[in-house]
Amino acid sequence: MSWLSLHHRLERHTGLLIFGILAVSAIGGMVQLLPVVAEGPHKHGPGDMAPYSALELEGRDIYIRESCSTCHTQQIRPLLAEVKRYGPYSRAEEFAYDRPFLWGSKRTGPDLHRVGGRYSDDWHRLHLLDPRSVVPASIMPAYPWLATHPADRRGSIEARMRALARLGHPYAAEDVAEAPAALEGKSELDALIAYLQALGRSGAGKPPP
Amino acid sequence: MDNYEDRVVTAFMYCSVLWALLGMLAGVYVAAELVWPTIDWGLPALSFGRLRTAHTTLVLFGFGVSALIATAFYSVQRTSHVRLFAPWLAWAIFYAWQAAIVLGAVSILAGWNAGKEYAELEWPFDLAITAAWVGFAVVFFGTIAKRKIDAIYISNWFYGALIIVVAMLHIVNSLALPVTVGKSYSLFAGAQDAVVQWWYGHNAVGFLLTGGFLGMLYYFLPKQAEQPIWSYRLSIVAFWAFVYTYIWAGPHHLHYHAVPEWLQSLGMVMSLVLLAPSWATMVNGIMTVSGAAKKLKTDPALKFIVLALAFYGLATFEGPMLAIKSVNVFSHFTEWTIGHVHSGALGWNALITFGTYYFLVPRMAGVPLYSVRLANIHFWLALAGTMLYVLAMWGAGVSQGVLWLSLDELGEVRFSFNDVMAAMKPYYVLRLFAGVLFLVGAVLMAWNLARTFAGRSAIVVMPPATAVAGATA
Repeated sequence: MSWLSLHHRLERHTGLLIFGILAVSAIGGMVQLLPVVAEGPHKHGPGDMAPYSALELEGRDIYIRESCSTCHTQQIRPLLAEVKRYGPYSRAEEFAYDRPFLWGSKRTGPDLHRVGGRYSDDWHRLHLLDPRSVVPASIMPAYPWLATHPADRRGSIEARMRALARLGHPYAAEDVAEAPAALEGKSELDALIAYLQALGRSGAGKPPP
Repeated sequence: MDNYEDRVVTAFMYCSVLWALLGMLAGVYVAAELVWPTIDWGLPALSFGRLRTAHTTLVLFGFGVSALIATAFYSVQRTSHVRLFAPWLAWAIFYAWQAAIVLGAVSILAGWNAGKEYAELEWPFDLAITAAWVGFAVVFFGTIAKRKIDAIYISNWFYGALIIVVAMLHIVNSLALPVTVGKSYSLFAGAQDAVVQWWYGHNAVGFLLTGGFLGMLYYFLPKQAEQPIWSYRLSIVAFWAFVYTYIWAGPHHLHYHAVPEWLQSLGMVMSLVLLAPSWATMVNGIMTVSGAAKKLKTDPALKFIVLALAFYGLATFEGPMLAIKSVNVFSHFTEWTIGHVHSGALGWNALITFGTYYFLVPRMAGVPLYSVRLANIHFWLALAGTMLYVLAMWGAGVSQGVLWLSLDELGEVRFSFNDVMAAMKPYYVLRLFAGVLFLVGAVLMAWNLARTFAGRSAIVVMPPATAVAGATA
């Protein structure tokens, strides 16, 4: 049994075992990840996608902070029932400015990828502060603190936009400079609603390719 | 006198039990919030999204990893016949890891969140985890390198794979550009980020919750059954097939998502292939324990481990089935996923750890288990809790999957999202009840183990040598 004698050596040599595990486990990842990552997020071109505005970005970071993606997906699968329920199916290029991606893995609440424009700002305001006031059966938590917190409490919006610019998001210097003024007087609630209203708008009116 | 460095093992065990209780308590609380959504009392830290993230972080990295390090340090000394390499480093890892869990849980409740599932801790914690993990690797492989036994025992291959592969996954998936101390942005965007994340997420399950705990199985099952591993060759084949195949299965989390079709199909096929090494190990375990059927009736520790093996078999069968695209189309995004995760996490990971602790603690304390009866009650609570949990989530998940996709004769969706959501309530109540059962069992265990340890100090004060010898025999 030659393979057994080969393994006889492997299981007696610490370095060889470490190398063996590393090499064997790395193959699958390299085959699957490298081609996809090498394509980059703009393979199909950003199209008419604009990066998030300062207010939307602040809202998105609040969405991440509250872990909204625990219960809400942002991924409409190309299935008839999903397209009927939520709108045109999600396409990769629509997420080119999503760091991290927020597709989620569980729909305790409905998908939000194309929720933008579906409800009024006032509806969202009521819903986020007291979900059961507009959806009686809702089991969503209320988020009363969003209304009392001013947007960008830490004063980091410029740093965040500069970081994203370094990662390739097309923010001009003036976009960054104007950001604090854009958030002036806004609450976290305003920011989150701005983000929700921006969701999926780029693909909303378009027929599926 | 002390041949092995076991105090650090005990310390990790203590903490893992503490994290199990806290993590499960958080789990029970979020389950209750799905039934009574206002019991977060308007407090951000109790809000579902944050508390659920704390739940997964505490049970995965607090309970799971602490238990794995404890058992790895215990078994690597015994299978190598040497004391732990660099015990000071082992203690440094202990304090670093526990501090990272405490501060990490607090940071999540305070709203620091990297936004990637099961990798939510922000970049300062990612760096601390990396450093501690390198220390774990040095102590573990250092001990193996100075071993006095010729061959490296099978359990150490699995623990070794845990250390190496989780390091690789964690480092790549955590690549991010820090902005402030509590905020960073992923180096990957959108679909690329999704593919990297589920390569990480699926294989954290693979190499932490499966591979690491298989290391535990390969050491403690033969020990408790007092039988050698049934087939050595099967162990070799199953190990390498497992290490090679698992990594490919990640894309089944992204079926029908905006990622390349070839990736989804490849992920599905490799998920099906994965059934072979998974069940090869299960067969090896069952055949090993089959020689000890008599002991199974009397030894609560062995009962836990065998039940864990059964749930391992169930979860590793269900996984490939859920990875088939035509099944996944119904199960995806539903409670079925939650049921699948918990049949693994409660039925396999928690039960094998409990069984191992019922075996280890009396040995380390040098006295018999405080109460075999309590351990047996725990066994039935754990079994009932896991089964009810899984059944509730199957019911909920299949309902969601079918009702969401159901179309009427005009081709319109038949049920509104709200109606389906409202129909989930009975299942959520049942799941909450199941979680409470499981948690109560874990509390009984903590009490039982603490009393067993307390029995040791009584003997140290007044050592009746014959009694101790009789107890450990």
